[in-house]
Amino acid sequence: MSTGKTKGVVFVGVGGQGILLASTITARAAMLAGFEVKTNEVHGMAQRGGSVIAHVRYGAEVFSPTVPEGTADALGALEEIEALRYAHYAAPTGLAVVSATAVVPVTVSSGSATYPEDVAERLRRAFPRLVYFDAGERAAALGNIRAANIVLLGTLSLGLDLPQEAWAEAITRSVKDKQRDLNLRAFEIGRTIR
Amino acid sequence: MRELLSGNEAIARGAYEAGVTVATGYPGTPSTEILENVAKYKSEIYSEWSPNEKVAFEVAAAASCAGARSMVTMKHVGLNVAADPLMTLSYLGVEGGFVACVADDPGMHSSQNEQDTRQYARFAKVPVFEPADSQEAKDFFRLAMEISERYQTPAILRSTTRVSHSRSLVELGGREEVDREIGIEKNPPRFVPIPVWGRVMREKVADRLVQMREEAEGSAANRIEERETSLGIITASIAYQYVREVWPEASVLKLGFSYPFPDRLIREFAEGVDRLLVVEELDDFLEEHVRSLGIDCSGRLFIPGVGELSVDRLLASKARMEGGKVPISPERSFAEGLPARPPLLCPGCPHRGIFYALGRHDVVVAGDIGCYSLAAFKPLDRIDIILCMGGGVSMAHGFDKAGERRRVVGVVGDSTFFHSGITGLIDIVYNRGTSTIIVLDNRTTAMTGHQDHPGTGRTLGGEATKAISIQEIGRACGIDRVTTINPYDLKATEAAIAEELAAQEPSLIVSLAPCPLRERRPVGPVRTIDPELCKVCKRCLKLGCPAIELEVGVPRINRFLCGGCGLCQEVCPHDAVSSVEGT
Repeated sequence: MSTGKTKGVVFVGVGGQGILLASTITARAAMLAGFEVKTNEVHGMAQRGGSVIAHVRYGAEVFSPTVPEGTADALGALEEIEALRYAHYAAPTGLAVVSATAVVPVTVSSGSATYPEDVAERLRRAFPRLVYFDAGERAAALGNIRAANIVLLGTLSLGLDLPQEAWAEAITRSVKDKQRDLNLRAFEIGRTIR
Repeated sequence: MRELLSGNEAIARGAYEAGVTVATGYPGTPSTEILENVAKYKSEIYSEWSPNEKVAFEVAAAASCAGARSMVTMKHVGLNVAADPLMTLSYLGVEGGFVACVADDPGMHSSQNEQDTRQYARFAKVPVFEPADSQEAKDFFRLAMEISERYQTPAILRSTTRVSHSRSLVELGGREEVDREIGIEKNPPRFVPIPVWGRVMREKVADRLVQMREEAEGSAANRIEERETSLGIITASIAYQYVREVWPEASVLKLGFSYPFPDRLIREFAEGVDRLLVVEELDDFLEEHVRSLGIDCSGRLFIPGVGELSVDRLLASKARMEGGKVPISPERSFAEGLPARPPLLCPGCPHRGIFYALGRHDVVVAGDIGCYSLAAFKPLDRIDIILCMGGGVSMAHGFDKAGERRRVVGVVGDSTFFHSGITGLIDIVYNRGTSTIIVLDNRTTAMTGHQDHPGTGRTLGGEATKAISIQEIGRACGIDRVTTINPYDLKATEAAIAEELAAQEPSLIVSLAPCPLRERRPVGPVRTIDPELCKVCKRCLKLGCPAIELEVGVPRINRFLCGGCGLCQEVCPHDAVSSVEGT
C-alpha cells in the first residue's frame, strides 16, 4: 500500500444514469487495493432527474468523505453540461472523462433557459486532461446502453493508481452475476480509450 | 471483518450487535436506510414502518418499558412529530435501552428546513451521541444503548446527511443476546406521570443529568487529540473530519457524547491551548455552552451557521481568522449560464396529470411533503404553499375559513395521508368546510425510495397485510363526496376536479395509479412526435416531462426516458403524438 496524499474521484451526471454504481465500484477497488476509503452520495429529492454528484476518496488516512474543490484526481461525467457544472472539483492535473451525452433539462425545453452551444470548447478549456467520447454509443455496441457508466469508468481508471485485478474484482462484487461479463467487457473497452 | 458501510447501514449493524429486538420508524431522507437495513435482521429484530414518527416512537417506547432493547428512526422534522412522547418518556425512563436515531439535513439536500436535533436532547434532558463516520455510527449506537439502559433514559443518536450517506470501513462484531423476560412491571409511580408521581420523576431526571455528565467526562467517545497548543478546536460529528483536514496541526477536543456537556473536559482542554475555536454545523449549541462556562472562544464569528460545512468553507473561515486572503476558489467560468437541472416529476409519473389539470382552474393549491412538491417548479407551477406533513389538508381548510376568494384544493400523498392527513380531514367535516382534498395515491412512499405504508397491503418485512382504504377512511370521516380517478385519463380527471370544485361541500378525490418507478415498468407504449404534424404549439412542453426535449425546432421524445403515460398524446391538439409500435 502506498501512502501519500488522499486521492479524490467525483462522478457527475443526471439522476438515474448509474453514478452510484460507478462510485461503488471505485470504492471497492480502492478497498481491495488496501486503502482506507470514504464515499458520499446523493439520495432523496436530488435523485429525481436532477443534477447528481458522488464522491470517492481513498488513501492511507481519509477524513472528509467529500472531495474538496480543485482537488479531484479524476472526474467522470455521464452528461456533458454536468461536467461543466462540477468542473471546479477537478484538480488542474486531474483526468476528466466526459461522455458526449446531452440530456436536455426541462428548463431548456420549457424555454426558460438555453443549452450552451459551446460545450466542447468549454470542456477543453475546463479540463487540460480531457477524454471526450460517447460512452453510450460504446455501451450500445456491446449490447446495453446502460453500461455507459462502466465504459466511462474503464477510461477513468487509467487516471487512478489502482491495480487492474482490484477493478475486476470490484466489478464482479458489485453487479449481478448475469451482468458480470457485459460489465467486465465494458470496462475493458473503456480502458482502450484515451 | 471490515466492510464498506454507509452511516445508516452501520447504525443498523450497531442495532443488531447491541441486541435490539424492536425497531420502528417512518421514512425520511437522510434516515430511511437505517430501518430498511435493520429489517434485514428479520429473525432477530421485529421492525415496522409506523404511520408516523409519533406512533413509531410510542411503539418502541412501550417495548423498551417492557424490557426490550428498542430503537426508532426518523429525520429531523420527524422528531417534531414525535416530540410529545419524547418529552415525557424522558420522565418515565426506560427498562430496555431505547435509542432514537435522528438524522439532520444541514444544507437541506432533501428537507424543508434545517434543524439541530441536539437542541431536542437538551430540551428533553436526554443524552445525545454524534458519530463522525460509519465506524462511530455503529459504535455510538451501542454506547447510546448502554447509557440508555444504565441510566434508564431514552437516548438520541444524531446523524447528519453526510454521516448517513457517506460510506467508510467498519469492523463488524457479533450480536449481544439479551436474555430477559419481557413484561412491564406493575408499578404506576414508575410509569404514570400524573402530577403526584410526575414531580418525583422530574427530580430523577435532574439527578440523572448530573450522573450522565460525569459519565460523559470520562467517555472514550469524547477525546482530546493533543497537537500544537496555539489553537484548540472543539468539534463534533462530520465537522470533525473537515477540521482535521483544514487544521491538521491544531489540538482537537472531539465530542461524540456531547450532551450532557462534559464541562471538566472542556475546561481542561481550553486551559491547554492559547486560542479556542468551536466548529459545529447548524446551531451554536456547543459554542453557547462554552461561553456560558466563562471560557473565551470563537465560533460563529468565523464558521458559517447556515447550510452545511465543508473543507472548502472552513478553508475560507481559516483565512478570515488569520486575517489573510480567502483562498481563491477554482475557476467557475465554464459553468456560467448553464441551464439549471432541478429535480422533476419522473417521466410517466401519475402526479403530472393532476397538476396539469389543476392548472386549468383558478384555485389555490395547498401542497404537502413528497415527490409532488416538485410540481411547484415551472412549467407545472401548481403549488401555492407547503408547510409540513399533513399540512396540505388542514391548510386548505384554513384558507377556506379565512375567506380566500378562490376555491381551495389540498393535495396530499398516500403515505402522508396516513401520516397526518386524516385528522385534517376530520377537521374539515367537523367544522363545515368545503375544501376539495386530492390524495395522490401512488401506492408507495415514493420520494424516500418506495417504502410500504398502511395502504399498500404489505409490511416492512414483506408480509401481506390488510390494505387500509383511503376512500373508506374518507367516508368514515364524514365525507360524502368520495371519488376515485385515473390520473392518466386527463379528460376524466379534469371533469372530476371541476365537479368537486363546484360542490359546496367537502370532497375527497383519490387519484389512483402506482408509481411506475416502483413498478419498474412503463405505463404504456413509448410515444413519438411526428415532426410533419407538429405545429410547435408547445402544449406538450407544459407537462414538464423530462422525456420531451426541445432544443430547436420541433419537440421530440427521448425514447429512453419516455414512461409511456400518454399524457402528451392527450394534450396534443394536432394528433402529432402516437405510440411507437412494439414498445
